[in-house]
Amino acid sequence: MRATRVLAAASVVALAAPTLTWYINPDDGGQARIAAACTDAADGAYRIETSLLPRDAASQREQLARRLAAGDASLDIMSLDPPFIPELAEPGFLDEVPEELQQTDGIVQGAVESASWDGELVTVPFWANTQLLWYRESVAEQAGLDMSQPVTWDDIISVAEEQDLRLGVQGALAESLTVWINALVASAGGQILENPEASADDLRLGLDTDAGRAAADIIGRIGSEGLGGSGLPTADENANMNLFQGEQGSFMVNWPFVWPAMTGADPEIADDLGWAVYPRVDAETPAAPPVGGINLGVGAFSDNPDLAWQAVACIVQPENQSEYFVTDGNPPSNAAAYDDPRVQEEFPMADTIRESLDLGVPRPQTPYYNEISIGLQRTWHPPTAVNPDSTPASSSEFILAVLRGERLL
Amino acid sequence: MSTTAPQKTRRSARARAEGRLGWMLAGPAFVIMLLVTMYPIGQALFDSMFSLRLTAPDERSFVFFDNYRVVLGDPAFWQSMGVTLFITVVTVLLELILGFLLALVMHRAIKKLRGLARTAILVPYGIITVVAAFAWFYAFDINSGGYVNNWLSWIPGFNPELNWFAEQGTSLVVIIFSEVWKTTPFISLLLLSGLAQVPGDLEEAAKVDGATGWEVMRRVILPNMKAAIMVAVLFRTLEAFRIFDNIYIMTGGANDTEALSLLAYNTSIGRLEIGLGSAISVLLFLSVLIIAAIFIKGFKVDLATGRNS
Repeated sequence: MRATRVLAAASVVALAAPTLTWYINPDDGGQARIAAACTDAADGAYRIETSLLPRDAASQREQLARRLAAGDASLDIMSLDPPFIPELAEPGFLDEVPEELQQTDGIVQGAVESASWDGELVTVPFWANTQLLWYRESVAEQAGLDMSQPVTWDDIISVAEEQDLRLGVQGALAESLTVWINALVASAGGQILENPEASADDLRLGLDTDAGRAAADIIGRIGSEGLGGSGLPTADENANMNLFQGEQGSFMVNWPFVWPAMTGADPEIADDLGWAVYPRVDAETPAAPPVGGINLGVGAFSDNPDLAWQAVACIVQPENQSEYFVTDGNPPSNAAAYDDPRVQEEFPMADTIRESLDLGVPRPQTPYYNEISIGLQRTWHPPTAVNPDSTPASSSEFILAVLRGERLL
Repeated sequence: MSTTAPQKTRRSARARAEGRLGWMLAGPAFVIMLLVTMYPIGQALFDSMFSLRLTAPDERSFVFFDNYRVVLGDPAFWQSMGVTLFITVVTVLLELILGFLLALVMHRAIKKLRGLARTAILVPYGIITVVAAFAWFYAFDINSGGYVNNWLSWIPGFNPELNWFAEQGTSLVVIIFSEVWKTTPFISLLLLSGLAQVPGDLEEAAKVDGATGWEVMRRVILPNMKAAIMVAVLFRTLEAFRIFDNIYIMTGGANDTEALSLLAYNTSIGRLEIGLGSAISVLLFLSVLIIAAIFIKGFKVDLATGRNS
């Protein structure tokens, strides 16, 4: 009897507080902890429940887009991968960001850009990711490479050739390949998409340019000379990390999650581990490192959009961001969060990450991002077959035909 | 179960009553089945005539058969068709041979071992396809420490650095092996029931007449189980043609291994192009119908009785 009464009382409280569902990407439990903290802080105004999305970004997008297209009211708060935001913002699937959250002072530039569409903030930056160049100090030393100065792809390719070592790059047929291509094209001073806000038929690609050819040259060289190892055509970020930890590890471009993962797995490697800003394509031009991360959006069909935005405001507080960085290894989008002493202690490369985020160039912001990304993956894979003289041109032609609805992907 | 034509013209009252009862018993299930199959098929046909993108619902427009023109005129579709047919033919052939051998083992095994043999053979079939696909993927994937290369390293000329999923040929080898491993038990069970139907006295008579083992097999056993073989091949062909899970997990369609189902999935679910995707699904459905028609009309497989008429 007593037990039922307690249960009944508990459910009355639960009923009184509207439940907000937060669709989260898989992490180490940090988002669930923040959800619990914000539920406590709301003091009965709302309750946040997390719901797990699939592992990879493409499947997360599939699920969210399908649900939003069907007008699912359970999508209150969503953790969104930036490149797919325009696609959801354009048809009005995202609720408008309220005035008080439009404030972008103190948020790193790459994160603000990735959260906007059509010149307006349509999501709120939560955390911002970027790739660094990770290297084995012993290798750089033997090659006589001064890592305190910016290095180029040519530099690291020749070190790998001379010492018969392997480079960690993402060559698998996946979103990570687009990330690599975009960073190379942007570092060479180009851009994959020249007019992101045009309609599908009028989009212009910047692939068949000197920048596109420079990118293809780097990917093709690493591929055809076997510098990525035989696993390259199927290598994702985790495979790169394993390769880097192996005997032939030398340089690797990867996200900061590798730091806690590698220091945990093999302290010896951690001693030999160095980091720097993403390699340059042209020695004189600063690199354009990949940026990623997660922004928070509120579904247009949510029953409680106002409460959802309140919850978002709670989630993105700098304290939560630095806590999340320390527990889950995902860098903050708010510059203030980097000043937290725990961050500096746990992530000695925090300042390099911030520098990289300021240099970072997001992937093309367009509602047709998916077509462009998969089109790039189809035509630039496997890396062994990438040829600067033909790949950029044929890739460009193929993607434009897909966008015009004349080709299948 | 022999119904003959003349009786059909003038059925007795009892036959009519039986017929009515039959409809009353099976009717509701039949209607529900029609609803759950016809509705999505009809919807797919309808959608396939539109240019419709899920994230641009306002731009929906009627394009008649234009989606079919795009799909049928695209080399990617024919490439997928080719790969699908190749996988279907190779897996069904391999499974038929292996399945028959396994059926013989189960059939001939001494009583004590029969149960054990059947259980052992059926285990792969009991495993969920996605799980089996992951197991095979990790066994071969060099990035996550696949052990197969290590096992094969004794073969002269074998490259222990071989990345199975980096090329079409080697990817298909793994995909086909996993499919064969997974579904051979199904075909062997169907064949076992066929073997059990072969009358023992026929076999004995042939032996008494001095037939060798091979002759008994070719002249007595195989002709008598032709119907079972055809049913098994029909079912497996239809299933193999719709292959999806293994490819989705192992290569995701990389290196030209994208089967038709995966192409349909990637177009409707991945790209959210409902119109184009539905057109591919309809074409896939038509292909399956054609295969079934070839078997049923061409080879005269009678599904109702499991016999050749």
